[in-house]
Amino acid sequence: MAILSKEEAKKIIDKVLSFSKADEMSVNLGGGRTGNIRYARNSVSTSGESNNLSLGITAVFGKRSGTATINEFDDASLEKTVRRAEEIARLAPENPEFVPALGPQQYVDTKSYVESTAKIDPAYRAQAAFDSIDLCNKKNLTAAGYLEDSAGFSAIGNSKGLFGYNPATSVDFSITVRTADGTGSGYAIRDVNDVSKLSTKSATDIAVQKALASTSARALEPGKYTVILEPAASVDLMQNMMRSIDARSADEGRSFLSKKGGGIRLGEKLYDERVTIYSDPTSADIPGSPYSGDGRPQEKIVWVDKGVVKNMTYSRFWAEKKGVKAVPPPSGFIMEGGTQSLADLIKSTEKGILVTRFWYIRFVDPQTLLYTGLTRDGTFYIENGQIKFPVKNFRFNESPVIMLNNLEAMGRPVRVSGNLIPPLKIRDFTFTSLSDAV
Amino acid sequence: MQLSGMGIGALMGASVPVLGNAVPLEYLLEPRADAATKKKLADVALNAAKSKGASYTDVRIGRYLQQFLFTRENKVQNIVNAESYGVGIRVLANGTWGFSATSDVTPEGIARAAETAVAIAKANAKIQKEPVTLAPQKGVGDVTWKTPIKKNAFEIPVQEKIDLLMKVNGEAMKNGAAFVTSNLFFVNEQKYFASTDGSYIDQDVHRIWPTFTVTAVDRQAGGFKTRDALSSPMGMGYEYLDGAAAEKIPGPNGLVGYRNSYDMVEDAILAAKQAKEKLTAKSVQPGKYDLVLDPNHLGLTIHESVGHPTELDRVLGYEANYAGTSFATLDKWKTKNFNYGSKLVNIVADKTQPYTLGTVGYDDEGVPCKEWNLIKDGVLVNYQAIRDQASIIGEKESHGCCYADNWSSVQFQRMPNVSLRPGTEKRSVADMIKGVDKGIYIIGRGSYSIDQQRYNFQFGGQLFYEIKNGEIAGMLDDVAYQANTQEFWNSCAQLCDKDDYRTFGSFFDGKGQPSQVSAVSHGCPTTRFNGVNVINTGRKI
Repeated sequence: MAILSKEEAKKIIDKVLSFSKADEMSVNLGGGRTGNIRYARNSVSTSGESNNLSLGITAVFGKRSGTATINEFDDASLEKTVRRAEEIARLAPENPEFVPALGPQQYVDTKSYVESTAKIDPAYRAQAAFDSIDLCNKKNLTAAGYLEDSAGFSAIGNSKGLFGYNPATSVDFSITVRTADGTGSGYAIRDVNDVSKLSTKSATDIAVQKALASTSARALEPGKYTVILEPAASVDLMQNMMRSIDARSADEGRSFLSKKGGGIRLGEKLYDERVTIYSDPTSADIPGSPYSGDGRPQEKIVWVDKGVVKNMTYSRFWAEKKGVKAVPPPSGFIMEGGTQSLADLIKSTEKGILVTRFWYIRFVDPQTLLYTGLTRDGTFYIENGQIKFPVKNFRFNESPVIMLNNLEAMGRPVRVSGNLIPPLKIRDFTFTSLSDAV
Repeated sequence: MQLSGMGIGALMGASVPVLGNAVPLEYLLEPRADAATKKKLADVALNAAKSKGASYTDVRIGRYLQQFLFTRENKVQNIVNAESYGVGIRVLANGTWGFSATSDVTPEGIARAAETAVAIAKANAKIQKEPVTLAPQKGVGDVTWKTPIKKNAFEIPVQEKIDLLMKVNGEAMKNGAAFVTSNLFFVNEQKYFASTDGSYIDQDVHRIWPTFTVTAVDRQAGGFKTRDALSSPMGMGYEYLDGAAAEKIPGPNGLVGYRNSYDMVEDAILAAKQAKEKLTAKSVQPGKYDLVLDPNHLGLTIHESVGHPTELDRVLGYEANYAGTSFATLDKWKTKNFNYGSKLVNIVADKTQPYTLGTVGYDDEGVPCKEWNLIKDGVLVNYQAIRDQASIIGEKESHGCCYADNWSSVQFQRMPNVSLRPGTEKRSVADMIKGVDKGIYIIGRGSYSIDQQRYNFQFGGQLFYEIKNGEIAGMLDDVAYQANTQEFWNSCAQLCDKDDYRTFGSFFDGKGQPSQVSAVSHGCPTTRFNGVNVINTGRKI
């Protein structure tokens, strides 16, 4: 019974709050079932399942706060944990950036819980792995994959009357297929809330095609190329950029959004005018949490509108200091795209490189958001609208800010890692060296 | 296997892995159960699994303690005291592994978990292609091991730690920093291992990592630069923070290298001055340079380009879907003459070197720890293997490098300490720099990236100094070097001697799905590599 109903969750939170002797008390309650299966060399290597229900209690005295957690739910344990949180709070140093807890909030309804996913059992996981492995076995290819599913809930509440409840399910699947001689490798990744939308077999089929097509890769000279980035390739760069839009860092002069001479780049046109990025917790494609970790409601926020920086994230402390709205970071983002398919983008390309995914992406310079990383598991040369041959992997050194200024075209957005991102055609993408890795 | 956003790490707002429940400090100092009680509980698991048909069982009763402190400027942002306590049981049944874990540390809870582990093993056996073969391991009986610490960090008052960090931050600000964050990480693993081989092993493992980041800002020019601490995470107690003069190695340009004792305040003062200097440092001219790499920098290059590619599970394909495979294939190893590096390159794996993160008495499958060669006189001679892999490379016993980051995680092959032996000829850093005409001296861990088979890498650093005609000519910026692993190690031209040898460490090295962390050290002397490709990373947006 790890997934509590809204009423059951509220009852526990109210009970905890009734024990409080602190100035303020906040409660986080969450739990659920999570399971996984991992395979490599066409065999299952590990698999497991765990149930978890845990409660975090934060007590506040003045500007001092302390947190304690527990996974036992009888009255005595709850009261003991309240006392423990209060004890930690009394011993804690004062936090000069302390912000009092929020009062009651209105939260939107999100569709993040799907029953089919909650029903996943070990037999489903074994079958999902078998469907993927079997396809590879038959073609003398080697599969390595991982599926992780979860079904759970979160609930928040505090002594000022705030309460929120959100059930959620998710499945993440990734598959790497390699040829027996190790000269070809392909990859596919999927994430869904509703497992009925996942086929490990069809995802594996794409990885199979890429593995077979990527053998005998040719070396091209590193340099600036037009690239078509599949969403699985661009997602990490985009996510890294979206995590770097904190207003405080910009105000402090240590962000790509800091202005020369002081100030921040809010309202500045920083990207190609076709770039629009927003978040929306009610999205049917990527339903998010209705609230952020500290209880702020999530709502639709436009971050970049036609290339112009429209919003940045603010902690409640920094927003208060600056006299602006405290916008929390989103759980996922949506980049608007076009109507073309990936195939259409390839067809319209005279010369370019198709990139399946990037790997080992690391910051090189936070000031310009310069990142380095490599292509992996399916990199192909395009000429006159057709994929001509596989190419050896490249190392890139590129900034998503520069990349989104060099935009040529965008396709239809697809879901990847909890975001919606279109395939992107980018000119002058900087590859700095070659890699022998397959 | 935590639901996202529900772990204590998320609750505390920390971006580092925190395992377990937040508890008051006093609670961390109280023991949970004595060895005799744990032995009785372990026997419950061993017997329960055997009765259900397991041919081998090991059980780990673990208590994992963490204390993390986070500060910025004159503020304490967070203090985390966490405990995680439970039992992990691994079994072999029908030639297949099964694993189950529970926080219910009672005979009933443990027996149930043991039965679940056997049931999972039997279920997975039906689609198993390769039955597990374990290298033999004689039981070691009742034994204990403890990290030889002088001061238990958990017993040092929190106020003393806060005072230290406030001094670090204050001195950095006084010396020109616009911002500073500083952290202390302390870990204590109290692990009891038992197996059907007849081992009952009680271990008490300690680790420490003090670190900071100093930021200098030029608002007029719209620029900022950072300099991270040049400390190393260590397998030591709080004594690492004593700043003992005998453990300092003076370098050129006022630089200080720290061996087995760290002066955090001194380093913060230097960091603030150097971060400011970086704001106006010359942007590097790209091209080929001879690199002189400090141990606090080269350690990470060793980790990525030698440590990971010689993990046997990667070589065999078990990590293909995540971290990747390896260029150091069995074919190359079998030739017995694969030139990984120049003749100067001798790289050793160990879990025995004092003060290091990897050092314990026994690994997490009860194998006594030891030292072995990975690269001898430049030639690849061995890998890192655990009990179910040893036979694949013709070894009669495991190397003893199996590890799980928690009682709830299944143990698997993890990197031991992987270190470059110092040169046998007497040579200091100053001597080495004198011989370089066109080079760059690089200090500290910077940006790092390497491909999934560990051929192509790119590394940055914290500090870069231009070397011209045998002398340091000033600070450089925008430096990163790119190389191919084999070419790079074959360009290794000169080593400093044992007096310059220091360890670098990685406190949160990630591997596996679901991902587990581990801590590992890499020792080396300052080393010269000839003709390495340096790129300029400066951009304008």
